[in-house]
Amino acid sequence: MKITKDEVLHVAALARLELTDDVIDQFAGQIATILEYVDTLNQVDTQGVKPTSYATFRTNAFREDIKRLSLEQDTALANAPAQEDGCFKVPKIL
Amino acid sequence: MKLYELTIVEAHALLKQKKISSEELTRSVLERINALDDKIGAFITVADEIALAMARQADSMIAQGMETPLTGIPIAIKDLICTQGLRTTCASRILENFIPPYDAFVIKQLKKAGAVIVGKTNMDEFAMGSSTENSGIQITHNPWDFNCIPGGSSGGSAAAVAADMCFGALGSDTGGSVRQPASHCGVVGLKPTYGRVSRFGLVAYGSSLDQIGPITKNAADCALLMNGIAGYDPQDSTSSPTPIPDDYSVISGEGLTGVKLGIPREYQATEGIDASVSQAIRKAIGVLETLGAQCVDISLPLTRHAVSAYYVIAPCEASSNLARYDGVKYGFRDTNQTGLAEMQRSTRSLGFGDEVQRRIILGTYALSAGYYDAYYKKASQVRTLVIEDFKKAFEKCDVIIAPVAPTPACPIGLMTHDPLQMYLGDIFTLSANLAGIPGMSTPCGFSDKGMPIGLQILSNHFNETAIFKVAHNFQQATDFHLKKPQLDID
Repeated sequence: MKITKDEVLHVAALARLELTDDVIDQFAGQIATILEYVDTLNQVDTQGVKPTSYATFRTNAFREDIKRLSLEQDTALANAPAQEDGCFKVPKIL
Repeated sequence: MKLYELTIVEAHALLKQKKISSEELTRSVLERINALDDKIGAFITVADEIALAMARQADSMIAQGMETPLTGIPIAIKDLICTQGLRTTCASRILENFIPPYDAFVIKQLKKAGAVIVGKTNMDEFAMGSSTENSGIQITHNPWDFNCIPGGSSGGSAAAVAADMCFGALGSDTGGSVRQPASHCGVVGLKPTYGRVSRFGLVAYGSSLDQIGPITKNAADCALLMNGIAGYDPQDSTSSPTPIPDDYSVISGEGLTGVKLGIPREYQATEGIDASVSQAIRKAIGVLETLGAQCVDISLPLTRHAVSAYYVIAPCEASSNLARYDGVKYGFRDTNQTGLAEMQRSTRSLGFGDEVQRRIILGTYALSAGYYDAYYKKASQVRTLVIEDFKKAFEKCDVIIAPVAPTPACPIGLMTHDPLQMYLGDIFTLSANLAGIPGMSTPCGFSDKGMPIGLQILSNHFNETAIFKVAHNFQQATDFHLKKPQLDID
């Protein structure tokens, strides 16, 4: 299994990561090796097997839809890198 | 005997009889940290003042006769469990200055019980790794040999317990991250059944695999700490409402007559197991047999494929969970960027270390259009088969006995260059996370270089009782858990 540099770049863009050329080459090689190993999963017959997402088999956990206290605005903003007028402030989008 | 050398059970007895105070106990641990941690690097944050304030509170609880078995006991917390007002970094540059606005469920429970939080321990960044070398903050050295890794990802917690810098610690286990460092540092570490301990306030890595677990000096202490943190929490939708047994009440040395030990064929045939590890496990099985247990041959045919399934599922969940670190609401932000998207890309790449970025890329790739069925769905189907393997095995036995790691702790710097080799080291531990079953590491021997080796005891869902019974009886018959590393200042 080969992973091209372009594929790593594409995935990095999806994951909002900015990789240097060196790292792209390194990751392409390492991820190809890992996926080659992972591909042995194809030796397992999974025809008709249901996928498991949680191992202790709980289904939905419902609760009453009741109004509850949450974090105060100041507390929620306390770790923000930038804030203004009670909002999280970010660099311009457009 | 120094106060810091006590177990939780011993310290509790002395506190209750008012022969010592929690303040004395806490000072002894803080002095120990002060004297040793420069060399070990177990703690990212030492919470001196908070700890002493909590100790004084505990002393007044005891004075009023309101103590619990954990009141006044100094505990260390892995730095990915949120502590209100106390920095929680996940050993990542991206959260280096993050001060949680709330306590994790387990922290609330510990505070209610009157436990003392002494500090936050080092780990592989976001719990991704098996050596604590992937920490973005510092390296942790194994107390048994400073040139060796403590294991990981809960390496700081295990090293802190092994070096008597706390009486117990909390770690988290996604693929072996409590059991493997416990094994490498010669202490006891339990990964509970998925759902027994709330994940509310545990920074997520692989949400369907993560579980908080206690690390202690012996099995009895482990049961006490487990009692303190387990229980139903409506804030975690995967938290189990099944009533929980009192793990400590089953601790008694009544022997193991009638207990069936499952010995997996595939584990014995695994390549790359160090001779000292197989020998220690064989001897441990011999001890358990003399206590009355019987060995049963079992098969876990999907062992090898479990590694593959895990290294698809865990990175997929991680890539999704770590999307939240984008420099907007909390954490590090690269302020040199003028646009939002540029800021987010740059923040994430500067803030995350290599292993974290590698797993995000791997997970994003496996989840991206066209690959989902081949990787995530396939791995989730194999996971179902892994669970069925264990179900069949537990029809024949009460517990499964296995190594924790294929080798004892290796020298620092030896394993970081080849990610796949590092992943293969998790072969004996990660199946339990895929299946959601509990597992413990308890000390069972030493390599010829004097490094500790752990014995893994696995049991069926919600049957920690069986694990505690086997571990406690083993500890009554052996003294591996009583051995301490020779440290310069002793």
